[in-house]
This record gives sequence, structure tokens and C-alpha cells, in this order.
Amino acid sequence: MHLFLFLLFGAFCAGGAINLLIQRKTINSALSLIVVMGSLALIYMLLGAEFVAVVQIIIYAGAIMVLYIFVIMLLNAGEEEQSKGSNVAKIFGIPGLFAGGIIGIWVLLQHRPQEKLISIGMLYGPADKVGMMLFTKYLLAFEVTSILVLIAIMGAVVLARRSNS
Amino acid sequence: MNDIPISYYLLLSAFLFACGVTGFLIKRNVITLFMSIELMLNGVNLSFIAFATRLGTLDGHIFVFFVMVVAAAEAAVGLAIIISVYRTRETLNVDRVNLLKL
Repeated sequence: MHLFLFLLFGAFCAGGAINLLIQRKTINSALSLIVVMGSLALIYMLLGAEFVAVVQIIIYAGAIMVLYIFVIMLLNAGEEEQSKGSNVAKIFGIPGLFAGGIIGIWVLLQHRPQEKLISIGMLYGPADKVGMMLFTKYLLAFEVTSILVLIAIMGAVVLARRSNS
Repeated sequence: MNDIPISYYLLLSAFLFACGVTGFLIKRNVITLFMSIELMLNGVNLSFIAFATRLGTLDGHIFVFFVMVVAAAEAAVGLAIIISVYRTRETLNVDRVNLLKL
């Protein structure tokens, strides 16, 4: 069951990532990125990371992708121009693809008895446990993050403002 | 059937990261370049979660949370820069944006 669910969502994930690469219109790439993020949230659920899965949906698939799609609509981004593929890509890309595939298959087929298997929900990470850790062990990092976000907001406002000069 | 090795998750993570790198190298549209960066961040997040499950601590989840915050800040500032570049140059093609100052 775990393997089936992992393969299903992993296939969605990989398909969305490949579709992002081959689509020429920007909005299609953005929508396939949403598919990748949604299926990644389900994979996080398989690993027991409830809080991270929900945050992934809210922040990534919600906030960030809405921002991207607004910018795509605002700037009227249509099809991108393409050039002819370079020779360097053909010389290095195809052997590189084969090498990557062979390494991947080798990792999959290698038998390692000491490798620990993981099952569904082996580590349970609900919001209260993550929140306790966030506000005790990682409190300083969390507070510094608020300053980072504040600076990012101010920077975005200053950069996107229309200058009057 | 209920237990699968952690290397499956790591392979998916590596695949997502590789797709992000490829998109960053082959795409011309600057918004798509940004989306490729998001894809790379997502691949790294998946390996954080997988290792957190393997090691049995929740620290990886916290790290993923911080990565998401940084990604949100980066997207806000980056898209603001894209808008202001588009205003002065009227293009989204990165090959045409080759001067820092007009």
C-alpha cells in the first residue's frame, strides 16, 4: 500500500516536473508546478509530516503560486522564444542522461540489508509538536525569520513602486 | 509492502532537483527560471522530510518550514524585480536583459 501510494504520487510529481520543462507557455508551467506541489504535500502526508503538508498547500500551492500567476497575467507572459539546441547540449546531455539513469537504477537495485525501511506515519509530526520545538529550540531562528520577512515586504514594495521621476 | 527504503524518496528528490537545474539552464523566460528554483527547493524539502523520518526527529520539519519562509520572501522580492525590469525593458527574455543599467 505504501509502495503503491508512493509510486502514484511520485509519478504525478515527476510528470509535473517534466511537464514544467516541456511546456512553452508560462501559465502551463505554473499549473504543472502546482501539480508537483500538491502531490509533494501528499507524499509528506505519507511520511507523517502533517504540519509540513498543510503548510505546503497553504504557502506554496496557495500564496506563492497565486503570486506567480498574478505576475504572469500582469505581464502578459505568452510563449517563450526558443533557439536551436546547442551542440554542447547534445554532446554532454545524452551521455549525462544515460549516466544519471544508470546511477538511479543501480541505487534502486542495490541490496542493502542495513538500510532502514520506513513505513507510513513512522514519525508523527503534528502541528503542536512542531510548534513546541519551533518556540523552544529554534526560537532565535524563528524571530530572525520575522525580520527577514519584514525586509522582504519592504523590498518588494520599494522595487515594484512606479518611480515618479 | 508497507515498508519501502528511504532511497526511493531520495531518488524522487534528486529527480526533482535535476529537473529544476535543467529548467534553470534551458528556459528563456525569467518567470519560468524562478519556478525552476522553486522546484529545486521542493526537491531539497522532500529529502529533509525523508531524513527526518529516518532519524526519528522533527528537526527536519522545522528546516522545511524555514526553507518555505525563505522561498516566500525570495518569490516576493524576485517577482517585484521582474516587474520593474519589465517596465524598463518590455521583455521577459533573459537573453535580452544583459545590461545592468540602461
